[in-house]
Amino acid sequence: MALYLTEEQQMLADTARPFMAEAAPVAHLRALRDGNDPAGFSRDLWKQFAEMGFTGVLVPEGDGGLGLGHVEAGIVLEEMGRNLSPSPFLATSVGAVGALADASAEARGRWLPGIIAGETVAALALEEGARHRPERVALAATRSGNGYKLTGAKRFVVHGHVADLVIVSARTAGGADDAEGITLFAVPGNSKGLSAHAERLADSSIAARLEFDGVEVDGSAVIGTLDQGMASLGRVLGGVRTGAAAEMLGVASGAADMTLGYLKERKQFGQLIGSFQALQHRAAHLYSELEVARAAVLKAQQLLDEGPDKAARADRAASVAKGMVGLAAVLAVQEGVQMHGGMGMTDAYDIGLYMKRQRVLAELFGDADYHADRLARLSGY
Amino acid sequence: MTDQLEAFRAETRQWLEANCPPAMRQPVRTEDDACWGGRRATFSCPEQRQWLEVMAERGWTVPDWPKEYGGGGLSRDEARILRQEMAALGCRLPLSSFGIWMLGPALLKFGTHEQKLEHLPRIARGEIRWCQGYSEPNAGSDLASLATRAEDQGDHFLVNGQKIWTSYADKADWIFCLVRTNPADKHNGITFVLFDMESEGVSTRPILLISGYSPFCETFFDNVKVPKANVVGEINRGWDVAKYLLGHEREMIAGMGGRSSTPVSKVAMAAIGADAQGRLDDPVLRARIALFELKAQAFGAMSERFTDMFKAGTAHPAQPSMMKYYGTELNKARHELLMAAGGAEALEWESEATRGGTPARDWLRTKANSIEGGTSEVQLNIIAKRILALPGA
Repeated sequence: MALYLTEEQQMLADTARPFMAEAAPVAHLRALRDGNDPAGFSRDLWKQFAEMGFTGVLVPEGDGGLGLGHVEAGIVLEEMGRNLSPSPFLATSVGAVGALADASAEARGRWLPGIIAGETVAALALEEGARHRPERVALAATRSGNGYKLTGAKRFVVHGHVADLVIVSARTAGGADDAEGITLFAVPGNSKGLSAHAERLADSSIAARLEFDGVEVDGSAVIGTLDQGMASLGRVLGGVRTGAAAEMLGVASGAADMTLGYLKERKQFGQLIGSFQALQHRAAHLYSELEVARAAVLKAQQLLDEGPDKAARADRAASVAKGMVGLAAVLAVQEGVQMHGGMGMTDAYDIGLYMKRQRVLAELFGDADYHADRLARLSGY
Repeated sequence: MTDQLEAFRAETRQWLEANCPPAMRQPVRTEDDACWGGRRATFSCPEQRQWLEVMAERGWTVPDWPKEYGGGGLSRDEARILRQEMAALGCRLPLSSFGIWMLGPALLKFGTHEQKLEHLPRIARGEIRWCQGYSEPNAGSDLASLATRAEDQGDHFLVNGQKIWTSYADKADWIFCLVRTNPADKHNGITFVLFDMESEGVSTRPILLISGYSPFCETFFDNVKVPKANVVGEINRGWDVAKYLLGHEREMIAGMGGRSSTPVSKVAMAAIGADAQGRLDDPVLRARIALFELKAQAFGAMSERFTDMFKAGTAHPAQPSMMKYYGTELNKARHELLMAAGGAEALEWESEATRGGTPARDWLRTKANSIEGGTSEVQLNIIAKRILALPGA
């Protein structure tokens, strides 16, 4: 497959770009932030995502979705990133939909229609420490009647405080660092014993610490095979890492475009600062890094879409994509703030918001250091 | 369509297995392992010659050139399959050639039918080895300021001047060369000519480099007669040909990052060994290598994307500058890490263990990657001006 967008994908991009710029520009984020919105995103916008068909982009046609792939999901994510649009799209339409692919028919029937309709919001509860470590699962799920009882805590659960559905990794066997013995569960957000402590992050998004105090679920909540949850979790992570990379690529592109615009309008010493070679070379270097990052993202998306045969390659490509975009995007926002000079430090200018969003997305599902280390381990060194 | 391609793949694999000598399926380790052809061709072993001959016979030294010019006439997909199958078997390139990589594409685009018939089949068969006469002592990054004079003598030009950094000029049979035909017009006063290095008045002098190798020469022209039939494109419009060709050169140099495929981590593991957890027993170097390999893999995707877009005609015309910049900087970084991984042993200059100092000499050689074919700084200027449209660049 050629490593560029097909005509259909380009058409989707041509639709998604003006939609997002209109419906959820940076001003939308500012309004939510300045109004101290308790959800951190707009349910109305989520409904509009549904009307556009975005919410079910990865849901198979047989389940009422569009049956498209990660390239298409990435197109939506990139535009979200470019506009800093807060949305549960990544966790819900990529993460939860990916997890539900391995769930019981009952669970699929319960959750997918609401997701497609833009009524259901999902969250991924996968982290227990400050740094991404998906195998480190202490939250325990023990047998209880026909189902399970979940006890423990998760952190950095993006909008976990308002989620209708929580996809949670739990330990059903083995010790806290074992890859074996993990099971994924689909837990209703309003379950008894589940409580959330919302925490506003640097980018004004909201992530929650979730406490599971003997939360009871029935057997249909199990996703995939008991104790073998790493298989499903690995697939989910491949999707959301690639998705987060696409969103962060949008953030980086937005920041780079804004900075380039500034270089072409700001004058000092009687000339446009963009005519200074010191800045031109840095801008050209940034362009190169972003092009490489874009190729890595598209490669991962295509491999994910090529199905189980390419699963191992897709898994590595997702780490390459997340890591490479992490490196390129941090450069984009740092150069952005620096080249905007004092203006870059003001809240009134958007460039600082891009820096904050990039930092959050870089951490989400593993930063460049994590993925470089992961690739090294996978390569046997 | 797909069935046809799969049949082509099967045939190709069969043919390669039957015709590529086992010795030609070993990784390229030294300069001698590359076959450059030419009137004074030297072959490191009989298999090298045999491999060149069977591939040339089939037109597969230049798989996607038209058959009438000695090519294989393969479609883009077929040529890709051939490359994949050659890679799968570990087949060496049958012929390394500036004629194939640089002059050929320019002749195909700008040459007359006669010029194509005269030169392309000889390039394809490895009979004539070419060199490139571009840079001059006072025309490096500012190549268009070149001063080698070509005086119009009616049916021929008389060429006088000096070129520098002419790769393998001392081993080449013919040269493609930029000469000044109009001193009054910088860009529109340059002509692209071809001539035989055995012509009277041509002399070369190898330049010893920091690597201890002399791949480049100074080349002198003293009243060299060049027939006007040897002008490619129009007189005074050679800059167009040169720019087109530079694009190919940049792609070629950018592709060098992927030529030697042993991952740095493998070299480092072999040299340093693993700790109790099976990780490279040098944590900081391991981290540096891991971040490098992450970028190298991302650039692998970039190369694939660039090739696909280039073929579809959707790549930005200045994108080869980005590929050249990034690929060469990455290759330099790779060799810095290889030197770190090799430690004191990689410093040996003549030892048998290092096959005559290969790690150190290759490391030094790569420093030229970001200088030749337009420096990294020139590429950044081009990106800033042509892609980013920054002012006054």
